[in-house]
Amino acid sequence: MTLTGASKAPSLRGRLGYYFPTIAIAVGVILAWEILVVMFDIQQFLLPKPSAIFGEFMVQVNLWLAPNERSILFESSGATFWEAFGGFIIGCGGGVLVALITSRWTIVSEATMPFAIAANSVPIIAFAPIMNNWFGITNPASKMAIVAIIVFFPTMINTVRGLTLVDVSQLELMRSYAAAPRDILLKLRIPNALPYMFSVFRVASALSLIGAVVAEFFGGPRATLGVYITQEASAFDFAKAWTAIMMASIIGISFYLVVLYLERRLMPWHVSIREAG
Amino acid sequence: MAADSKDIAISAQGINKVFNPGTDEEVIALQDINLEIEAGEFISLIGPSGCGKSTLMRLIGDLLQPSSGDLLVNGKSPRQSRLDRDYGMVFQAATLYEWRSVTKNVQLPLEVMGYASDERQQRAQAMLDMVELGAFANHFPWQLSGGMQQRVSIARALAFDPSVLLMDEPFGALDEFTRERMNLELLKIWDQTGKTIIFVTHSISEAVFLSNRIVVMSPRPGRITEIVDNTLPYPRDFSTRSDPAYIQLVARVRDLLRDAIGSDAASSEGED
Repeated sequence: MTLTGASKAPSLRGRLGYYFPTIAIAVGVILAWEILVVMFDIQQFLLPKPSAIFGEFMVQVNLWLAPNERSILFESSGATFWEAFGGFIIGCGGGVLVALITSRWTIVSEATMPFAIAANSVPIIAFAPIMNNWFGITNPASKMAIVAIIVFFPTMINTVRGLTLVDVSQLELMRSYAAAPRDILLKLRIPNALPYMFSVFRVASALSLIGAVVAEFFGGPRATLGVYITQEASAFDFAKAWTAIMMASIIGISFYLVVLYLERRLMPWHVSIREAG
Repeated sequence: MAADSKDIAISAQGINKVFNPGTDEEVIALQDINLEIEAGEFISLIGPSGCGKSTLMRLIGDLLQPSSGDLLVNGKSPRQSRLDRDYGMVFQAATLYEWRSVTKNVQLPLEVMGYASDERQQRAQAMLDMVELGAFANHFPWQLSGGMQQRVSIARALAFDPSVLLMDEPFGALDEFTRERMNLELLKIWDQTGKTIIFVTHSISEAVFLSNRIVVMSPRPGRITEIVDNTLPYPRDFSTRSDPAYIQLVARVRDLLRDAIGSDAASSEGED
């Protein structure tokens, strides 16, 4: 990029240039998909054409926008998003809270960490039928519970790491100031833990949507994406099933981008270092 | 100079420090250390790796406790002196908090010690002006060079006006040119503030250039070989380094270190 001239126009062009290969690949893949399906005459139950999926999607958009109609797809998307989001908040919030409490006493955090790491290796989604049993199959709480448990353990583990893996010299500095434990927590340990926390939040944002959709495969209310996908697929309406997959992808990516945005706002120092380094 | 004062800042008598006592990994880090430092002195601790120079500094700063012996700082226990906030510390790494701007880093000890916001800002600016970084108050650490970061770290150590400055190889990671400039700046700061400075280094030229006394130490077990008086007059500047008396003193300290280590390692340890 040039150093001369007004900053706005070249920077916009620079950005377009930066993203162009990505956009080109996306367009290329969709085009290739369309062409291959037509060329090899692939049956729609194996792989529908992108244009067919998009057509189904537009039908749902029109239903959604029409005053007296309902779009099951958009209702499902909303419901699944709330399950994922609720589970994310409960699980991540709980993970951070437990990490803060246990890291106050080194013995407690050292004693609980092996269990957290073990629990983190368990396929928690397998508990989905149990949660359906506990909370009721149509109760969003059963899906939130699964999501919360899935994101809780990695959040707790990473937060404990961030709170405890503090540079020794920085701790000695605090000691030389005769700092109170509260100051060490607020001015050193928590800022030190923020990058660890946000790296797990980014993963958890994707995990929470996966958890919610897969939990719905085990049963749930009609208007949820997981149920929508299984029902349309078993009715051989695959283009419809794919619109739900597409919505799940859009929600997942948006959720991730929101977390990324918050990270940039809350930790400009960290993002800048990453970009500089 | 400030060293004329007869107040005793640090008094060490018969200090021993043993790590992992009674185990296979037992290490005698310091043996029978006797040292008296007057207020306002600039003392260098020099010696090869493992001679316990950093350990001695950390005992003084209450980051470690001696295994035996009497250690007093300003007439108090090191712990009491730490609680009274008598120590400013500078490490080899600048250890700035990366999430804080330069001025916020300098204000960190003041925040912890409960200074009012106005005074924090005022002091931080004064300290940054002293290390000639007044224009960089709102920069972040990663935007500064290594030498500038270390100057921020010195400003931070002085912000709460501690009586003793403990510096553990503060310029060890800097290039030779920057290091010599930092040496000059540190002498200027010492002259302005009259602090007692304990300066750990393994550079002979640095120790001779800066301090009024040089404590030469030797390893296994760590002990004081000799305390060399350095009568080169202050203020010292670039021309000091070509003064025959300076060159002679550098040679003398190098000989002492060579004797202390045994002939084999001396050449690699005593660069200048």
